[in-house]
Order: sequence, then structure tokens, then C-alpha cells
Amino acid sequence: MIEELSTTEQGDLVINVGPQHPSTHGVLHLVITLNGETIKKVEPHLGYIHRSIEKMCESLSYRQFIYVTSRMDYLSSHINNHGCALCVEKGLQIEVPPRAKVIRVLMDELTRLASHQLWWGAMAMDVGALTPFFHAFREREAINDIMEETCGARLTMNYMVPGGVMADIHPNFQRKVKEFLSFFHTKIDEYDELVTDNVIFKNRMAGVGHLSPEDAISYGCTGPTARGSGVSCDIRKLYPYEVYGDLQFEEISEKGGDCFARYLVRMQEMRQSIKIIEQLIDNIPGGEHLAKTKAVLKLPKGEFYSRVETARGEFGVYIISEGGTTPYRIKFRSPGFSNLSALDHMAKGHKIGDLVAIMGTLDLVIPDIDR
Amino acid sequence: MLSIENITHSIDAWLNSAFNPTVALLLEYLIVGLFAISLFAILGLVLVLMERKVSAYMQVRLGPNRVGPGGSLQTVADTLKLAMKEGLTPDGADKFLFNLAPYVVIAVAMMILAPIAFAKGTQLWDLNIGVLYITAVSSLSVIGILMAGWASNNKYSLLGAMRSGAQIVSYELSAGLSVISIVVLTGSLRISDIIASQQDGWWLFKGHVPAFIAFIIFIIAITAETNRAPFDLAEAESELTAGFHTEYSGMKFALFFLAEYVNIFIVCGIAATLFLGGWMPLHIGHWTAFNHVMDYIPSSLWFLGKIFTLIFVIMWFRWTFPRLRIDQLLNLEWKYLLPISIVNLLLITLIAIEGWHF
Amino acid sequence: MAFLTTYLKDVLGGVRSLLKGMKLTGYYFTHHKEIITQQYPDNKAELKLPERFRGEVIMLHDEKNEHACTGCTACELACPNGTIKIITKFDVTPEGKKKKALDTFIYHLELCTMCNLCIEACPTDAIKMAQNFEHSVYDRSKLTKKLNNPGSKIREGVE
Repeated sequence: MIEELSTTEQGDLVINVGPQHPSTHGVLHLVITLNGETIKKVEPHLGYIHRSIEKMCESLSYRQFIYVTSRMDYLSSHINNHGCALCVEKGLQIEVPPRAKVIRVLMDELTRLASHQLWWGAMAMDVGALTPFFHAFREREAINDIMEETCGARLTMNYMVPGGVMADIHPNFQRKVKEFLSFFHTKIDEYDELVTDNVIFKNRMAGVGHLSPEDAISYGCTGPTARGSGVSCDIRKLYPYEVYGDLQFEEISEKGGDCFARYLVRMQEMRQSIKIIEQLIDNIPGGEHLAKTKAVLKLPKGEFYSRVETARGEFGVYIISEGGTTPYRIKFRSPGFSNLSALDHMAKGHKIGDLVAIMGTLDLVIPDIDR
Repeated sequence: MLSIENITHSIDAWLNSAFNPTVALLLEYLIVGLFAISLFAILGLVLVLMERKVSAYMQVRLGPNRVGPGGSLQTVADTLKLAMKEGLTPDGADKFLFNLAPYVVIAVAMMILAPIAFAKGTQLWDLNIGVLYITAVSSLSVIGILMAGWASNNKYSLLGAMRSGAQIVSYELSAGLSVISIVVLTGSLRISDIIASQQDGWWLFKGHVPAFIAFIIFIIAITAETNRAPFDLAEAESELTAGFHTEYSGMKFALFFLAEYVNIFIVCGIAATLFLGGWMPLHIGHWTAFNHVMDYIPSSLWFLGKIFTLIFVIMWFRWTFPRLRIDQLLNLEWKYLLPISIVNLLLITLIAIEGWHF
Repeated sequence: MAFLTTYLKDVLGGVRSLLKGMKLTGYYFTHHKEIITQQYPDNKAELKLPERFRGEVIMLHDEKNEHACTGCTACELACPNGTIKIITKFDVTPEGKKKKALDTFIYHLELCTMCNLCIEACPTDAIKMAQNFEHSVYDRSKLTKKLNNPGSKIREGVE
């Protein structure tokens, strides 16, 4: 309060953006101080959708706690579940069958595609173009249908379990994914036609919300947000898990550090995800999809950490075990929280319209920030 | 031949024979007023439905399709809903201005209706400075928006209103310069003269490239003046929630909504009058046979057809483009549109003086 | 003059990019076969959900009104939300021995997150996920369901 008084001068406009606001994509509350249209300060207020997931996990078994993490970053729920499964497997030293590894990576990349598609639509909507949102949902729907057939759900799949995946892929899976890819190849070019090349969009994005590599690191930004500033931080490349080490794909990074660079990173990541899926879809090894595990999982006493690359950045799972059937303490490192912390730095001196664009390129999912 | 001109004349003749001239005149005023109000109501219903259908098809959706055949009664149902809603006035608002603003906006829209020629011989008021009247009155609508934004006692509304003020004041310039280029070509400010001068071809075609550029600039400027995307900064949904009408509800909100669509109709009508010949059918020079065939289509249909084509283009803009930022919006006007239209006006003046146009 | 050429190039390039976008939306405006809207609930008859879709937990009963649930409570333990409550009773077998059996299988649909863990845990495949997804009711107590049919009993031979 004292700080607020000292930085707010006569004639400044203090506006509450959110918790209900069209562009905060959920219940994020920003208190922004304006001088005319120019932003002087952005202060995010969190906690509107805090469900204390980490505390809840302490009373759930190692099989049960995974499903809760789908409710954090619901757009990359598969990848969250994957990170948890990896951590439990690390503790129990379970070797995951090769088939399950490939299926997991395929699902991760499909999730990344779906998440980026939704981001693309929402991003365009933030800067005022409403049509791309529906076009993005058309493609996302195809992915959701594939997910629904194999995993049994469209958003919170709970498909990754310690030791592999819950069920084998559906017989139609490979055919449908290939159909989707051939369909999506044409549509991603339409994305460029409709939004990327548009002169208004380019002008809205270029030079806005600059984040230097040093700042990106010091704010703890990860994922496309940091890679847009030229920071190499793709967990899939730096600490390969599952079969990522054997795959041919590039870590995308752009030097610009502005909104347009972050936008381009995500657009190119979609093409990289397609590349990964194309490499794997015909090469799913045979065998089991689930390793044999004990009925009740007990992690040995100790601390375990695993990390995965979600659509938004690095997702870390940190488990402290006392040797019991439930974790003693769990901490999730969610990418959205750190990325949001850079918002004030990026938005200062820009206009209100830019704040919305910057938030769009951060690709915020509020339950991921609040947990 | 049955035309609107004949109908109005026969009504006028009948009224004057049945009543004394004063009563007849008063009755005519009443009819005109009713005509304007019902036109507004019908326009609101039709244009909102059109917008929703256009947006739906561009967004690979079906759009309204449940109420009435093909969803045609959807907007009627929506209007009923709005009419039944409570028109809330916030506690901190300036109650007088807050309640006045929507009526100012709608009254301005009604005033611009006066000099527009809907069909051959059908014009409410053919005053000799018609074009000047239109440009003068259309700049008044910003007062209603500023009133709404200020009186709401809401920061979002205020920001939206201020944006709208800056925007309309700037874009009036290039709109005005485009209008002047036609006035230069025609040599008259009277709407009927402007239409008559397009007897042998529309100015869009007769005036070479400069007239075409003036037309494009005019379309951009009127898109901005009516606060339509990509220039919808006054209501910028993703930034200011709803801009200047954030605090409005019920019928007062409906009036703003209606005024937006009526304004689009009117400015497209002006664009059609200036550049596309108003109610004048498509005539090409001395091709008498062709011109004769074109005359068989009623003049009111020509006018409405032109207007709705232009409205479709403006809707097409809205459902394709992202929104500009406030400084870019002003940049576009002052750095691009204004210099281009000034140079363009010079060229048109040259054409008019030398008589190079067809 | 260089600034003038870049200025004009800017304008023309910008206009071209805008026209490109308008061409795309114009294509979709005129090609109605691209529309993807599904007319739910009109399409209920042809709407077919995949067999793995998780809509609600049901208990399978055969034509003799017998189920495969032994009342072992594995599903109740596997459930993260306390969605399932098993009430057991003791049946007396023909040999005169007491045997644990299912009395009531209570399923709280309002708490269920469709995580499938109970199905995975069931040793006798007595329960499965059904594809029904229209769960709205006017009274929330209707969401608490009894999954075993009245008068049903365990199938012969299921241990």
C-alpha cells in the first residue's frame, strides 16, 4: 500500500484489469497504473483460482496425484502428467517400455500442437481479430477427437501412469494422426496468411514488450517466452527424456525478444512438433504399453525432481518422500508463474493495447499460475 | 410505372386535397418521422443479423439458425430481451448526461438521414449545402460518445471515449478531403446535383485513379468514424471490455448498438451517393441501349444494393483484421491517409480544371 | 526520392497483406461446405462417442441380474476424490460359511473427475466407463447413484 502511494502521482489512472476481463484468459487480476494510455506499472494479483494442489497431493497416493496436475495447465495436461509420471518412475527406478515412451512423446507433441493452436487463436483475439480463434478451434477439435478415442477424454486425459500409459493406442490412432497432419499442413499456411503476414498484426507485435536474454534468465522465464529472447532452454534438447534424444528436431529461438519474436517461436514450434510426430507415427515399437508395477507404489526415502517441456515452458515436479505411500511434500514448478513475473518489466512504457498483446504472447493459463 | 417517387407524390396530392395545407404538412412530417424511426428499427434488425451471418460464415460456423426460418428472427428476439432488461444507471454517474448520451447519438444519426436520396425524387430535404451538412453533423456523434464515456464515471468508458474523440477528429480530415474531391469534380454541394452529374457514369470510374484512391480513403475513414474494427478502439473489447458503453444496459445499450449500425448504413449511403452514383443506375457513357436496360431496375434497389455491398465490405474488414493501437491509428491517418489524400486532391483538382474526366 | 519509394512500398506491401487475409475470409464466406458446426442436439442419433470415452462409471449386469463385484473396495481405495463408497454385507454360503459380498455400490457422480483409476483397479472388471455425458439434473441428490441393481447378486464363480 505504501509503495502504491509513493509511485502513484496526481493524475495517474489506476485500473483493475480483471479478475473478470476478456483478455486475462481467466481470473487474473492486474492492477495497472496509467498515465493517459501509457502504462507505468503492472501489478498482478494472484490467488483467485488457488486450489492448493500441492497440499492436496500430500494426501494422495503416487498413482492418484497425477490426475490433479491435469487441472493446473489444462492445455498441456498430458505433459504435466508426463512430468509427474517421470518423477515417480525415477524414484521407483521403473524402466518404461519403449512403446510407451514413443506413445508418450506422440501425445506430448499433439498436446503441444493443440495448446499452441489455442494460443494462436487467443493471441489473435487479444489484438482484435476474432476469426482466427474459430479457425484454430477447428484444428484443435481434430486433435481432441484423436485424444478422445485413445485416452477417453478431451482435456484432462489422465493417460500417463507410472510405468507407461494407461491403455494402448486405439487401432485408428495412426491413421487419424496422419490424416490430421496432412490436413494441418495446409491450415498452418493459412494461419500465416491470415495473421502472421498481416501488416496491422506485425505492427502491433514488432518492438513491443522487449525482454532481453539477461532479464529472461533473471525472471526465470522458460519456454517460448525465453526462447523468443534467444535463451536456449528447451528441456527436450538440454535434458532429453523419453525418446527426444534420438529425434531430429530443432530448438527454435529468435533473437528479437519482442512480442513478434515470441509469436514466431510458437508458430515454428508447431512445425517442429509436426516433424516430431511424422518421425514417430510410423515407428511405434511393439510390445507392452505398461511396465509391471506393484499394486501400491512406495517411493524410497529421498528427494526426486524431474522436468519436462510443456507448451509454456519448463514444468518441474519435486517430490520429497519419507518412504510412505503418499508424498511428504510436493512442489510443482509451473512455467506460467515465472513468465508472468516479467510482465511488469515488459509492459512498462507501452500502451494498454500492448499490455494485452504482451499477455497474449506469454500464453498465460491462470490455473497454472495459481495452482 | 410504380416507383417511390410516384407513391410519395400521390400521397402528397391526396393529403392536400383531403385536408387544409397546414394539417397536410403536419401529417407529412408525422409520416416522415414514422418512416425514419421504422427505417432505423428495421435497419438495426437486418444489419445485426447480417453481421452475425457474415461473421459466422467467415468463421466456419453457421451463425443464428434457431429462431425463425434460418435464424431470421434472432435479432427480433434479442431486441425484445434488451427492451425488457432494466436500464441501470450507476450510482456515481452523472445521471442527466448518462441518460442523454444514447439519445444524442441516435438523434445525430437521424439528422444525417435528411439529405440522403433514397431513390429517384425521394429525399427528405435537398438542401443546397447537403454534403457540408453531412460532414458537419456526422462529427457531432463524437459528442454523444464523449458524454457517455464521461458520465459513466468508469475509467474504461473514459478511456474509450477519449480514444474515440481523438480518432473521429483525425479521420474527419481525410473523409472530408475525399468528399471535397467529389465536390471539386461536380462543382456543387447539393446531393441531387452530385447524383445528376453521374448520369453518364459513376465518379469512381469517371475520375480515373485519383477518384478510386479517394474512394478507398473514404471507405477507410468512414470505417474509423463509425468505430468499426479494425478501428474499434473506442470499445476495444479485449482492452477496455466494452469501452464507452461499458456501463450501459437494456434499451440504452440497444440505442448505442442501433446507432452504430444506422451510422454504418448512412455513411455507406454517402459513399454510394458520392462515388457510386446514389440511386443512379450503372450508366456507361453513350451506350444508350445498355443504359436503358439498367434503368429497368428500380432506383431504390440500386441504392440499397450499393449500400449493402459497401456494408458487406466493412463487415469483411471487421472479421479479418486485428485492431490497431491508438498511436498506430493516428499514424495511419496523419502519416499515410492525410498526405495521400492531399496529393490526391491536387490531382483531382487538376483533372477537374482540365476537364480530363469522362 | 529513396524515402518516397520505401513509403510507397510500405503502403503497397501493407495493402497486399491485408488483401491476402481478406481473400482467405472471403473464401470461407463463399464455401459453406467448410462449416464445421455440429447441430447438437439435433444430431443425437448419429452422434457416436468413442468406446473409451469416459462419461460415468456403471456396473455391468448380465441378463440374470448378476454382477461381478466382490465388494473388495479396490476401487474405493483407488479413487482420489472419495467418489465411491462400498457397503458390504455377509452372505451365508450353502456350506454355512460367511462370505463378504456387495450390499450397495454408491457412486457420487458430482465428485467424479473421470480419471479411470477405479476401472484400472477393479480386479474382476465389474465396473466400466459409460459414454453418457448428459448429466444435468435439477436436484443434485440425483447425482448420487446406486450402481448395483436392486436384487442383483454376484455372478457364480467370480472370486
